[in-house]
Amino acid sequence: MTTTTTQIEIDRDKGDFQYPEQHKYDAGTGLSEKTIDYICDVKGEDDWIRSFRKRALKVFESKPMPTHWATKDLENIDFDKIRYYLADGQRASRSWEDVPDDVKETFERLGIPENERKFLAGVEAQFDSEAAYSNIKDAVAKDGVIFVGSTEGLLKHPDIFRKWFGKVIPTGDNKFSALNSAVFSGGSFIYVPPGVKVSHPLQAYFRINAENFGQFERTLIIADEGSEVTYMEGCTAPKFDTATLHSAVVELVAMPGAKIEYITVQNWASNVYNLVTKRALAHENSVVKWIDCNIGSRLTMKYPGVVLKGRKARGEVLSIALANDDQHQDTGAKMIHAADETTSNVISKSISVGEGRSTYRGQVHMPKHLKGCKNNTECDALLINSNSRTDTYPAITVRGDDNSVQHEASVSKVSAEQIFYMQQRGLSEGEAMSLSVNGFVNDLTRQFPMEYSVELKRLIELEMEGSVG
Amino acid sequence: MIDFFNKMTATLEIQNLNVSIGEKPILKDFSLTIPKGEVHAIMGPNGTGKSTLAKALAGHPDYEITSGDALIDGESILEMEPDERSREGLFMAFQYPIEIPGVTIANFIRAALNGRLPEGEELNAPAYYRSLYEKMDMLKIDRKFTSRFVNDGFSGGEKKRCEILQMAMLDPKYAILDETDSGLDIDALKVVADGVNSLRGENLGVLVITHYQRLLEYIVPDHVHVLYDGRIVKSGDKDLALELEEKGYDWVKELAETAA
Repeated sequence: MTTTTTQIEIDRDKGDFQYPEQHKYDAGTGLSEKTIDYICDVKGEDDWIRSFRKRALKVFESKPMPTHWATKDLENIDFDKIRYYLADGQRASRSWEDVPDDVKETFERLGIPENERKFLAGVEAQFDSEAAYSNIKDAVAKDGVIFVGSTEGLLKHPDIFRKWFGKVIPTGDNKFSALNSAVFSGGSFIYVPPGVKVSHPLQAYFRINAENFGQFERTLIIADEGSEVTYMEGCTAPKFDTATLHSAVVELVAMPGAKIEYITVQNWASNVYNLVTKRALAHENSVVKWIDCNIGSRLTMKYPGVVLKGRKARGEVLSIALANDDQHQDTGAKMIHAADETTSNVISKSISVGEGRSTYRGQVHMPKHLKGCKNNTECDALLINSNSRTDTYPAITVRGDDNSVQHEASVSKVSAEQIFYMQQRGLSEGEAMSLSVNGFVNDLTRQFPMEYSVELKRLIELEMEGSVG
Repeated sequence: MIDFFNKMTATLEIQNLNVSIGEKPILKDFSLTIPKGEVHAIMGPNGTGKSTLAKALAGHPDYEITSGDALIDGESILEMEPDERSREGLFMAFQYPIEIPGVTIANFIRAALNGRLPEGEELNAPAYYRSLYEKMDMLKIDRKFTSRFVNDGFSGGEKKRCEILQMAMLDPKYAILDETDSGLDIDALKVVADGVNSLRGENLGVLVITHYQRLLEYIVPDHVHVLYDGRIVKSGDKDLALELEEKGYDWVKELAETAA
């Protein structure tokens, strides 16, 4: 905490800095009210946001770690060592030569374009916690679509965003949603006017590229009546030595008849804590679909949810998680049925490699007074090695005679006969294994946009390489 | 001289092979040489080691080779991984082809072919599909099958035709057909046999393993060997298969006892 105090006393005028580019928007490490003041001042936020953040900080501090149900590994997060705010102007301190060869090789094999590699490796740090948006922002603006960063959204469009901000996921939902509410920066705010169908997916890439730096994106998407939008989020991070915390909050609001599809493919460095709260509010006849792929990270905890608030609303979660050595993917879905004839579908596939561990937690809630509600849940786990681990914790509360729930779970192993068959055709054991794993997730990935399924396939191939022999 | 050398070594040669499963010896000093261009058939009752021969040659980890050697064109394959043997040109059509859910036939064969290219090279997609469709047509496989998952939900006949399709696409030097006729009705059998026959030629050696003579009416072998208790007890031309059919496997037992 001491470093924070000295940091925030520094004059914010960049000309006064000895290393202006390095310190311009750096709040230092540790978290206190002063950190929040610093963030608010830098971002020029309104007072209501400042008090929102400060209230959230108190909630965060008062809430215990959820280790009574979640992993004790959470206790290893050192909140005093985390940087809570860092934005554009941060110049890279390393050169391409300093980037470890294995990271370079990973970029090479993932087919990441040359010009993106330096950025990803932290050599060229352009925008850190402020999301960088593509030209598509201007293209959709002519239809009245607002696609901005969270800071700009709250500053310029409070009438639209304030109404739903923090309403789908209240600050006190959990310890990490509170943390995010206190220090959020970056992320996207999107508003789609009634009847507008956004033809191209909106994308923003969030990437961690500073050591010991936590990212706390805040995303809010509002699809007004009868509108349609797809949002894609992709993360790739180079490997760093010290633990990194990523804790995002994503809120979706689908007004009557609207459709939202939210796609995530994340490949975190193996030292990242990825603790994310994602939830949608689905009004009458609306459809919300979460597609969520989690690869890498030390610990991911993420359970995208849909609150089915209006009649005939539909929620879907399609998720893939891959846990390798020293990784724990604790993922799942929440479907809260709160109106008649609402339907939900959860398909979860997890792959545990080596000593990797995957955990599925699913919550389906259907109260007694509702009629004609349906849920389908399928969760399949694939174990690659004999020391791989998977657990399933479904929590299904269904009351009332007129509602139906279907739950299927399976655990399978890649069989030696399958590998031998593929080897007989000339595939190496590793190639056979990754083909088999890609086959296991195929019925989900084929629903993804092409570029994401290709990227995911490559990621799986890379992850599977070390699993044999 | 060079021609002579090539001719001498263009064989799949099995020398005094002893194979065990667990502690149990199955193949006993088994020897056989299959030159390119020839079709050899191995017949024999169940449990005499026919499938063991196929799987041991392909490198299945459950089959332990305790002594002897197996060579492709003069080079021993026993130290090679199953996939290396495949890339050396050894193909085995499985008696029970394995299902690979989620992996389409087109992608599977393409992956197998890509594995044969030098690093950094990729298959030409249009040429690949032309070749695939041509072979599917020959084997009377509906083109829709390219997007079906490998063996997933296939009928017995579909599985076997798909094995021959893979053989046709991978263009092996030596092919072992392990009871490819099992579970096939006569029409499917003819299609499979036509497929195999169309691949016959001076660049391919074939070992047909079968329990019944029926398949050999359609894939006419140059040589027939009778296997009993892990050894070849009699060899002959195609007429041996007919004789065996006529006299039954009890005759084989007698032959074995006489030989011993």
